[in-house]
Amino acid sequence: MTDEPPDRFDVAVIGAGMAGMAAALFAAERGLSCIQVGNGGGILFASGLLDLLGVQPTAERRLWRSPYEALAALALDEPGHPLARVEVPSIRAAFETMVTCLGAAGLRYAPLGDSNRSVLTAIGTIKTTYGVPLSMVAGVEALNVRPPCLLVDFRGLREFSARQIAATLGDRWPGLRHRRIEFPGCEALPELYAAHLARALEIGETRARTIERLKPLLEDAHAVGLPAVLGLARVGEVHAAFEAGLGVPVFEIPTMPTSVPGLRLLAALESAVSARGVIRRHQATVRALAFDRDEGAATLDLEGVPGGERVVARAVVLATGRFTGRGLTADRGQVRESLLGLPVRQPVSRESWHQSDFLASSGHAINRAGLETDGAWRPLDASGKPVWPRLFAVGSILAHQDWMRSKCGSGLAIATAWAALDQVARQLGGNGAG
Amino acid sequence: MKFPISIQTQVLIIGGGVTGTALARDLALRGIDCVLVEKEDINAGASGRNHGLLHSGARYVAGDRAAAMECRSEGEILKRVAAQTIQDTGGYFVAVQGDDERYIADFASHCSRSGITARAVDIGAARALEPALSERAIAVFEVADASIDPFRLSLESMAQARSLGARLMRRTGVVGFEREGRLIRAVRVRPPGGGDELRIEAAQVVNAAGAWAREVAQLAGTPIAMTYSKGTLLVTHTRLASRVVNRLRLPGNADIMMPGGTVSIVGTTSTRVDALDDVHPTAAEADLIVEEAARMLPALATMRYIRAYAGVRPLVGAPDAADGRAVSRGFALFDHEDQGLDNLATITGGKLTTCRLMAERVADLVCRRLGVSRPCITATTPLPVAPECGWTEPGRSPREWMRSHGPHDALLCECEMVPRSAVDTIYNALRAAGDTPTLTDLGLRSRVGKGACQGTFCAPRTVAHLYQRGDFQARRGLAEIVDFFGERWRGQRPVLWGEQLAQAELMEALHCGLFGEELRDEELQHAGMPDAPRAAPEPDPADGKPS
Repeated sequence: MTDEPPDRFDVAVIGAGMAGMAAALFAAERGLSCIQVGNGGGILFASGLLDLLGVQPTAERRLWRSPYEALAALALDEPGHPLARVEVPSIRAAFETMVTCLGAAGLRYAPLGDSNRSVLTAIGTIKTTYGVPLSMVAGVEALNVRPPCLLVDFRGLREFSARQIAATLGDRWPGLRHRRIEFPGCEALPELYAAHLARALEIGETRARTIERLKPLLEDAHAVGLPAVLGLARVGEVHAAFEAGLGVPVFEIPTMPTSVPGLRLLAALESAVSARGVIRRHQATVRALAFDRDEGAATLDLEGVPGGERVVARAVVLATGRFTGRGLTADRGQVRESLLGLPVRQPVSRESWHQSDFLASSGHAINRAGLETDGAWRPLDASGKPVWPRLFAVGSILAHQDWMRSKCGSGLAIATAWAALDQVARQLGGNGAG
Repeated sequence: MKFPISIQTQVLIIGGGVTGTALARDLALRGIDCVLVEKEDINAGASGRNHGLLHSGARYVAGDRAAAMECRSEGEILKRVAAQTIQDTGGYFVAVQGDDERYIADFASHCSRSGITARAVDIGAARALEPALSERAIAVFEVADASIDPFRLSLESMAQARSLGARLMRRTGVVGFEREGRLIRAVRVRPPGGGDELRIEAAQVVNAAGAWAREVAQLAGTPIAMTYSKGTLLVTHTRLASRVVNRLRLPGNADIMMPGGTVSIVGTTSTRVDALDDVHPTAAEADLIVEEAARMLPALATMRYIRAYAGVRPLVGAPDAADGRAVSRGFALFDHEDQGLDNLATITGGKLTTCRLMAERVADLVCRRLGVSRPCITATTPLPVAPECGWTEPGRSPREWMRSHGPHDALLCECEMVPRSAVDTIYNALRAAGDTPTLTDLGLRSRVGKGACQGTFCAPRTVAHLYQRGDFQARRGLAEIVDFFGERWRGQRPVLWGEQLAQAELMEALHCGLFGEELRDEELQHAGMPDAPRAAPEPDPADGKPS
């Protein structure tokens, strides 16, 4: 550690999953200086689809056409659910801001409306979601109307079988055809990787050869569905070229993670926060976090940067996620919050963490474990008081939600980040860096 | 009323575990025609839910000398005739501070009285060879324990029996017996999918149903006294020792750790249970195993576990102690003649190590009753290697893959490196025998779903491949994935803490969060496509290749 005085920020965001990225983005949008610590590896597992709220109540498996009506139902059924604690106008503003920023970073979404949309998955199920990337949106229309449609896959891309999707839905969608082609230049490779294909399709010649291979297969197809490999940063250009070349709408179907849409989302978010001046320490982790009550500042000691680093922030947003994100850890006896040892609301014993049926309607109790916060998104200590006046918690580390079953992962991340940043801005009084 | 279809055979074997399959092979080698009915799949019961330990016999020297000697001689035979199913790892018996000094002192002489070699090993030397052993070890003996793959043993026994004419009927449960005087005229069975009952007319019937032998005997009207002891085992993420490590004491909880290829297997517990339905490992049993086994191998306290499983030991005799450990682990052969039947035999109890001998004894009885004088040759006849049966062996897939992979043989499972060709071989062999294989069947016969990800990625990949082959149609793949995870989940649930909890969360994020498998029907309804417009799906067109 050097002897130089530590850099000072308005906000330190710990975590770089969807919630951490949203918090950093919203902090910057509000003109707050921000440092973000942590890598965005979790986002690689994203599909690019932005769920808001699809199912409520989960135990009844009730799907909603409108996420806002679902939110109203959630507010009645589960007022303690983090999403139910965010005002609807804030949720709308948060999503609009998010997709606008992503669009500016090259990842464009279809306009958000009042409705959820249904999309195809790689295993032939249907998924209810909200924000849909432009490269996938023609699939929503195709699924609605079910015209003659062609699904194509590439031999060697193991997790995506057009035939599987067509067979799974074929009896309900008779015009759904499937074909398999060789990816140009990869005829001798046993295994193809989506990211490699996406990069290859950014090269004009490979793209043109692929389109030429698709053309004779079109026949009566009104739309063409492909695995999500239509370019990385240049998805807009690649997708447009496929539509122009084939003369019909083309849509991507997200593949198994880690997928190209995850890579795109991570790249777009990184670019969006960096462009807004957020200082990113994506290799670093927080070794220690201390709060100074007199100065009203938190000190973060980082490791994973050469020589270590100490920074000071006036507010801290904890967006460290759950078990895969390492925000929570569990031993045989109990669940702990990893960084500060904050109290975690949790089931009494491990025997009750999980249901005996993996897909049980009511979900696993441990998924609703997490941090309790006050109305201002501040995690509570054992006595039920905020741990520190400007320590906030957002995203999936929060208790009283099961995002995997409710289909609200992105919504939880984006909405709670927005709401917490409202509180941060209020507390910091709109001042610049200290 | 329809007249039920009848099948004729000389011997009907009920139960496809290690004993039933060994019996099918034994009889087939003696030229006897047999049919084996199994209500689930090969080794679905205790045969597939044990340590995979080929006992030297040393474990039983103090309490059950007969069982110890049987284990010794059978272990030696299997090492000769079924070498491909065995890893001759050797074993240690280890005592730690606080263990019974008297037992330790008597161990070597107990062993020698049973003809078992147990060599005292210097503790420092033992810890140099097996660094995972506790610093608190106070005595170590080396014995001839080995690891055996019970799936490969049963699959290859059955494969040879079938090559000699034996018939296997999987997913075929016994529903009743037709008796006439002192004979069973026919056994009624329900075929897969619950179709019309079939009658199997056999001159002799053998009940080799393991823990289910009591139910089968009851159906035949010849009750036997049995108790059930549930045993739970844990699978570690990485292998902790190269040898079998036994606790040097009277058999108790969590006192064996087996090498199982790339992993170690730790257990067991022993709990009396009254019913065979819904036997699954619990968190409390996992905790007991971790805590107790860590006294001998401290790293087990912090080890990542990927799975647990539980089996039910069939123990012959009346109920006694609560944990069932005092009941003999020897086997029992009932001829049922005193119960008024001359063509039924029940073989149960016993151990994996003695399965060949159990088959020999019952086959001898059956042959005597049939008037067949050909002797048993399984103690000297090598078990042939079958190409579709070796994929349960950890580490084989990567080897084969390195040797032979080409442009059209991608890996389906990356944890255990299972190539498409392995899945094809297994699938084709099942199909050739007239079966309709499931994803779970493939899991039982290969390493698919057995690695750290527990099928998160390889299950959908394998299903995609089966669609591509044209084997799966319509919505079958979804049902298979759901069944497969349902089955794997029972084993994961008790060990979900630490790293494996994060793995399970990822699995749920993918299969529920993204794929919405729990909503597979509701989402169809929601998308306005609740019913298929036609009864039959269109025939699948052939795959397109670029022109």
